[in-house]
Amino acid sequence: MNPPAEITNLAKRDESVDWTALRDDFPILRETVNSHPLVYLDNAASSQKPQQVIDAVRRYYEHDNANVHRGIHELSNRATEAYEGARQRVADYLNAGSREEIIFTRGTTEGLNLVANTWALDNLRQGDTILLTEMEHHSNLVPWQILANRIGAKLDFIEITGDDGQLDLQWLDEQLARARLLSLTHISNTMGTVNPVAEICARARAAGVVTVVDAAQSAGHAPVDVQAIDCDFLAFSGHKTCGPTGIGVLYGRRELLEAMPPYQGGGEMILKVEYRDSTFNVAPHKFEAGTPNVAGAVGLHAALDYLDAIGREAIFEHDQRLAKRACDRLAEIDGIRIFGLAEGRSGVVSFVLPDAHALDLATMADQKGVALRAGHHCNQPLLAKLGVAATARASFYFYNTEAEVDRFIEVLLSVRKMFV
Amino acid sequence: MAKFLDTTVDELIENFEFLGDWEERFAYLIELGKKLPPLDESEMVEDNRVHGCQAAVWLKMLPTSDSTFDIHADSDAFIVKGLIAILLMIYNGKTAEQILADDGTATFAKLGLDRHLSPTRRNGLHSMVSRIKALAAASVAQPT
Repeated sequence: MNPPAEITNLAKRDESVDWTALRDDFPILRETVNSHPLVYLDNAASSQKPQQVIDAVRRYYEHDNANVHRGIHELSNRATEAYEGARQRVADYLNAGSREEIIFTRGTTEGLNLVANTWALDNLRQGDTILLTEMEHHSNLVPWQILANRIGAKLDFIEITGDDGQLDLQWLDEQLARARLLSLTHISNTMGTVNPVAEICARARAAGVVTVVDAAQSAGHAPVDVQAIDCDFLAFSGHKTCGPTGIGVLYGRRELLEAMPPYQGGGEMILKVEYRDSTFNVAPHKFEAGTPNVAGAVGLHAALDYLDAIGREAIFEHDQRLAKRACDRLAEIDGIRIFGLAEGRSGVVSFVLPDAHALDLATMADQKGVALRAGHHCNQPLLAKLGVAATARASFYFYNTEAEVDRFIEVLLSVRKMFV
Repeated sequence: MAKFLDTTVDELIENFEFLGDWEERFAYLIELGKKLPPLDESEMVEDNRVHGCQAAVWLKMLPTSDSTFDIHADSDAFIVKGLIAILLMIYNGKTAEQILADDGTATFAKLGLDRHLSPTRRNGLHSMVSRIKALAAASVAQPT
């Protein structure tokens, strides 16, 4: 069964999951910080890892480690099977047409840079327009700025409507008519907005615009189906999806990948090398120069198994319920600004208090064991547009509980008194 | 100059030792920050901006008639204002030679700031110290 294209219309399904029991799978959640039990609410920056992922990585190094591909010996065969098995697992996770459409990267950032430096560099010309949105993370903005400066392309932005964090799509067809490529985020890492990527990609496709989706905030939290979204590229990071750091994924539509030039040169990505010329391997290998992060891929495989065993619909529903509980309580604070308060939002909650700087709040919350993020969240232009220097951000995941939301609010209210 | 500057570095270290934990020490920093005289809005300009801090920081130094400096600085965050207050205790009213001879490390170590500030905050603190020393060095290089 294919998950729905958009992730805002999910049926309620999470009644059957014992969320508190899942916490036992995460050794780090037993840490105390400054003599208080850890309340980890920085999941939009990085998720924690279940024992199953830690074990998979350790087992790989203890039993299977060798270099992949072309090895003649047993361990190389095992490592290759583990690595290519992980690629198949990712393809299934994203409902890609085949595993040849899955490129392993270091993370979302590298995936986006790969598209900018291969497909886009090869196909865009001076005067062409790259369409982005005003809520992009720096990693889905700066690579396009660098490319645009290099080739003389222009950037255009789908605007946001205001504090509610919605994209203003009233000019979308006009903007698409002027664009060659659209790159946008699935979920805003600052405001928690869930963008209607399937609808937007369909309209882009009708206009002949190539589409890139930044799924860093969605891939570990909700069903993400590349065929239902019908995008050309989609990138996510392992470390935000319960997997290891340093591993990520770029999905690319097969016909585009085949026509694209390689990204970096080196081993693994070639078929035949002579002193003055080389013939390149086929996708996905031509985009994976050098020895890949095999252990990372193995850990990611275990992470995706773990998430699917819970069910991504249920995880999203749980994130939403915690975010709603937090937003309802936050809204009681006089003068607070909460961003992205729209229907169907995700588990990322950003806010600004009138009397306390976000950095001060986060520092004092940390003294009480509550891990928040404060700052610009790699969203400097967005914060400038909203007219704030920094926000405090709580971002929830399936191992967070209602009691932790209440603790966060209690700590926030007590800390706030110091600044009034 | 504001009353809090009556506190010497030694008294500050004593106060820090007296406070039981870092939650109380941060609370003390916040109180110091609240007493920091604010910069005028017109002084919060790019020329006075200290980069390398997560919070916004502005800093200017005025030479006095006895060859020392009056330091004025401000931030949009209270803990950073508190750190600025500590820097004023170390550097305010000193000559360029005295400023250039002290990188603050000994005081930060006695306060435990070297271990208890986050790495990004330490970078910010060092950016402020670098700015103070750069302004002092520039005044030595350019005789008035």
